[in-house]
Amino acid sequence: MTQLALARALNAGMRRAMEADPKVLLMGEDIGRLGGVFRVTDGLQKDFGEDRVIDTPLAESGIVGTAIGLALRGYRPVCEIQFDGFVFPAFDQIVSQLAKMRLRSLGKVALPVVVRIPCGGGIGAVEHHSESPESYFAHTPGLRVVACANPSDGYWMLQQAIACDDPVIFFEPKRQYWDKGEVDTAPGLSEVEPMSAARVVREGTDLTLVTYGPMVKNALAAAVAAEEDGRSIEVIDLRSLSPLDTEALTDSVRRTGRLVVAHEAPVFGALSAEIAARITEACFYHLEAPVLRVGGFSAPYPPSRLEDHFLPDLDRILDAVDRALAY
Amino acid sequence: MTTERTETRASGPADPARRLDLYRLQVELRRFEKRAYDLFMRNLVKGTSHLSLGQEAIAAGVALAMRPDDWTFATYRGHAHTLARGAPMTPVLAELLGRENGLLGGKGGSMHLTSAEHNMMGSYAIVGAHLTLAAGAAWSAQYRESGQVAVCFFGDGATNIGAFHEALNLAAVWSLPVVFVCENNLYMEYTPIGSVTAVPRPAADRAAAYGLEPVVVDGNDADAVYDVASAALDRARRGDGPSLVEAVTYRHGGHSRADPGTYRPDEEVEAWLARDPVTAYRSRLLGEGVEEAELLAVESGVDAAVDRATEEAIEAPPPSAEAILTDVWADGGSSWRN
Repeated sequence: MTQLALARALNAGMRRAMEADPKVLLMGEDIGRLGGVFRVTDGLQKDFGEDRVIDTPLAESGIVGTAIGLALRGYRPVCEIQFDGFVFPAFDQIVSQLAKMRLRSLGKVALPVVVRIPCGGGIGAVEHHSESPESYFAHTPGLRVVACANPSDGYWMLQQAIACDDPVIFFEPKRQYWDKGEVDTAPGLSEVEPMSAARVVREGTDLTLVTYGPMVKNALAAAVAAEEDGRSIEVIDLRSLSPLDTEALTDSVRRTGRLVVAHEAPVFGALSAEIAARITEACFYHLEAPVLRVGGFSAPYPPSRLEDHFLPDLDRILDAVDRALAY
Repeated sequence: MTTERTETRASGPADPARRLDLYRLQVELRRFEKRAYDLFMRNLVKGTSHLSLGQEAIAAGVALAMRPDDWTFATYRGHAHTLARGAPMTPVLAELLGRENGLLGGKGGSMHLTSAEHNMMGSYAIVGAHLTLAAGAAWSAQYRESGQVAVCFFGDGATNIGAFHEALNLAAVWSLPVVFVCENNLYMEYTPIGSVTAVPRPAADRAAAYGLEPVVVDGNDADAVYDVASAALDRARRGDGPSLVEAVTYRHGGHSRADPGTYRPDEEVEAWLARDPVTAYRSRLLGEGVEEAELLAVESGVDAAVDRATEEAIEAPPPSAEAILTDVWADGGSSWRN
């Protein structure tokens, strides 16, 4: 066990993947000499060379398109998108080509591309730099979409994403890059929990609170606060947004009878809507209350002085918890 | 300095066997596309399709200059490029007809012809997107030092989209073994390319921006295309980086099945029909002493192959409904999500 910050854990995960497989390449803007704007790739170019840790032009469509071509011919590129909002120039390549080439080749080519996206707000950096675009990708067949919420998952899920033969959109909660946590680097990759599985991060009996990525920390804090009021909240870190681990959710909701889903993305058409629909169908006779949702407002992400109002905080989560329990 | 080669012919004696191959391939592409058109008219091809009638010399000239292990990336106007890489007629035609024995099991259709086993790495219907993919494949060849080259075909309209410029810059800055071939048929769908482009030569006039030499070739002359492609492929294999070739040609028909092409002036169409690449090549071979009987044998052999492919395609059933859910993810299906 070692204590690592999320950025360092992601770095260590990529290092281990690159040592294990010479076909793993890193591509992105300023990721080599600088080590990335968040320093997630710090030192990797020095150790693996300019051919494997590549400083690309500022051209997201070009970066992802080139990665697709490399993957078509046997490489495992990992693309860093500098900020969440910068993925949109590459959106076409991701949804039109990356997600679909396997089917178009009748399964004869694999697209093992990872697109790493620092996501979410909380760093005072306005729109383009604080967004939560996961629903766009989760909506697209052919893509896996995952979000890590702690250094251990950062370390392991990134290696699993790189080893995966499906394209993976990998979300990293950027405001938590320097939050530390324990990472056990001893096991082999096949021995750890698969990235497709959700995880109960706090057990409880009165209500299930589901979230992912940067909001897991807030959800745990909400559960602690609720406990002081005598309420037992079960917190689930979804980890994989597509595929959804529906079984883990239904198991929990059938025990608690109540579900709140929280994320930073605006709630309209968001992942929480999909979860609410599925759980309502699967757990209809177990539910004591409608599934409630907490999220960002349906408005562009605001500048720094306003972002605390935008981000779902402890109070907004607890308000939803109260409303669900009051039914 | 420029290596511009407008309207030039191959210099020096051509290899007679290769020239007969070039003729055969052009006839195959021509007669396949004509058959595809006939089958549209019989309502056997559902959905749209984009034919290469009139542009055969480019597909044939480049493909025969390529090594078998080189890669092709093409556009939605990709029947000819797929056949030119050796994909048999039956699965290609069956794919157009949406049949189970199609190249993609009837799941891809006209615009997405792909055959990894023939190193035909796909037909792409998002204009310009695949130039970057070709750059990536070329990069894999550079990594492996395999000597392979990626060849990427695109239309004149693609030269105004961002991915074109991103790919050119990436390929040039990393000296990637890729040959970009602009099939300039003078029309971006329904609009004259000249009316929406800041320079007269949509591809060649952009070459200098990426440190490349402008290369323009008569896209209706298979020998000239073959020569220019050979030079560009050699350059890429030597490690001297990408080339941007503008092959000037003309669509005999409209943009797609739905388009009669009436926006083009009659005299322009007539002038280009008079420069038909296939009949011009036939005349050239005859003028250089090839026996007409030999050409007739080529033509009747191709006709028989097209007829056979038509029968085999029409007789096959459409794919089963379950095919929709296969090969979405690496586990072969999509069941975990549905």
